[in-house]
Amino acid sequence: MSNSVYAVETTDLTRRFGKFIAVDKVSLNVHKGEIFGFLGANGAGKTTLIRMLSGILAPSSGQANVAGYNIYDQTEQIKKNIGYMSQKFSLYDDLTIAENIDFFGGIYGLSARILEERKAALLQKVGLADFSNRLTRDLPLGFKQRLALGSSLLHDPPIIFLDEPTSGVDPKARRSFWDLIYDTCEMGKTVFVTTHFMDEAEYCHRVSILRDGQIIALDNPRALKKKYGKSSMQEVFVHIVKEKDLE
Amino acid sequence: MAAIVIKDFVKRYDTIEAVKGINLSVEKGGLFGLIGPDGAGKTTLMRAVCTLLLPDKGSIHVNGFDTKKDFAQIRSIIGYMPQRFSLYQDLTVAQNLKFFADLFQVPLDEQEIRLAELYQFSRLEPFKNRLAGKLSGGMKQKLALSCALIHTPEILVLDEPTFGVDPVSRDEFWKILHTIREKGTTILVSTAYMDEANLCDRVALFFDGKIQITDKPDNLRAQYKYPLFQIKVKELNPMIDLFNSVKEVHTIQKFGDALHISFYEIPDEGRWENWKNEAEDNLLSREQIEPSIEDIFLEMMESMDE
Ligand SMILES: Nc1ncnc2c1ncn2[C@@H]1O[C@H](COP(=O)(O)OP(=O)(O)OP(=O)(O)O)[C@@H](O)[C@H]1O
Ligand SMILES: [Mg+2]
Repeated sequence: MSNSVYAVETTDLTRRFGKFIAVDKVSLNVHKGEIFGFLGANGAGKTTLIRMLSGILAPSSGQANVAGYNIYDQTEQIKKNIGYMSQKFSLYDDLTIAENIDFFGGIYGLSARILEERKAALLQKVGLADFSNRLTRDLPLGFKQRLALGSSLLHDPPIIFLDEPTSGVDPKARRSFWDLIYDTCEMGKTVFVTTHFMDEAEYCHRVSILRDGQIIALDNPRALKKKYGKSSMQEVFVHIVKEKDLE
Repeated sequence: MAAIVIKDFVKRYDTIEAVKGINLSVEKGGLFGLIGPDGAGKTTLMRAVCTLLLPDKGSIHVNGFDTKKDFAQIRSIIGYMPQRFSLYQDLTVAQNLKFFADLFQVPLDEQEIRLAELYQFSRLEPFKNRLAGKLSGGMKQKLALSCALIHTPEILVLDEPTFGVDPVSRDEFWKILHTIREKGTTILVSTAYMDEANLCDRVALFFDGKIQITDKPDNLRAQYKYPLFQIKVKELNPMIDLFNSVKEVHTIQKFGDALHISFYEIPDEGRWENWKNEAEDNLLSREQIEPSIEDIFLEMMESMDE
């Protein structure tokens, strides 16, 4: 990883689909070790932004460095230095828990010895050590998501992108998931996370609120509440989304 | 009269009992919420109500029809939106809506009114010519919901309709549910958002294949036995450590930038003074609060673990 204090730096990062601008001149710097939240209404551009930063989707214009690598011509290095949990897909339902972990280990090219070690540690951590031969399909969503987070950390990347990891997850399991996010952060990793649960926005070190592809607000939750004169991130969010309707 | 009557319903998958004997009845015109952890059996129950799977034991009646025998009648009066419903990805937003409106034989003038309402909730009108496959995750969910709500069935069953839907749209979606209910439709809905449980007439807490309680949201909240305080702090974790070692404390839960702490009995002023001093300037404020459904849910999970 580079010597920069930033895990991710972007300048005017933009993505168009035809004439439509999904991500519009996004500039942000995210510190190493930060838990950084992306909020925004459906379609605001969160997933598109994450896909670009993960080296999966090419930008239309603008610049970005992720883990010190350039987003245009070093996507292979970026993929090795990040973990990515997508909004749609995280694990294969028809593989067993152990097979899923092996699969991810294989993608990341881990040696058999390291994979076995990390697999055992991961199963322990998410409380599935006795169930590794069960089909993933049968796992409650909360477990699945924690397993998916662990699997995307198998290659020990410094940065992880989590796209709506807690959607549909019940209140207790959401809290356990956030405990894992905090553990991950304490390991020195940078965590990007999107969510539609506004209590979770409060757990981020900083959040950016996107609207129509643009960053409308970016700060720590306390400062944002103060700036907008609101008592919760829920109110800040609603204010920012509805502000546009009044224009 | 009850629109949905479930008696001793049991469902097994292989040898596992997914649903372990449920009794439930939903009033005609009621808005009934199912909440519970993932894997508790909510989806199984909803599929059974829609005749998509048969009970291994017990019975389910929908408007008097038996799901075992009268599935044709039931299917003609029921609207169902399954979890993670996918649309025709290669049709546009407008084409999908039109397809379902025609499928459900919604009269043209009614289609127009309903569409306007649905576009307002979904904010999808600017994107009506976009292929469904190119929408964001939450936009797809909102389109699927709009397709399910384009007609007015007698009974509507919605399995986690607000999965991935943003807070502003969720609010507007629930307003639509209420207008549909006012037209006489009976609604059965499951959700992972506890604030939505408050918007139902009645709620069942579903744990481990069984219904633990069914009641009005207000009555559910009234069941909470412990005095509950909301504590605003600068840093959550040091405060959790502090209260973890306090013997009067029953539970501590994070709620955004606050903690909800329940006590075995209301602590006196002197205790608060001690904690305030111990916390230095970390304790910003405290207030005794009414429990929310989320507090009830978490309390229930704690007591199941024991
Ligand atoms: N391949 C594509 N072609 C056309 N438009 C696209 C494509 N991919 C994304 N978009 C559009 O870009 C916008 C942003 O989508 P994105 O998935 O980034 O939103 P999001 O903020 O992640 O929303 P959600 O909260 O619903 O997940 C949407 O309007 C979407 O329809
Ligand atoms: Mg998204």
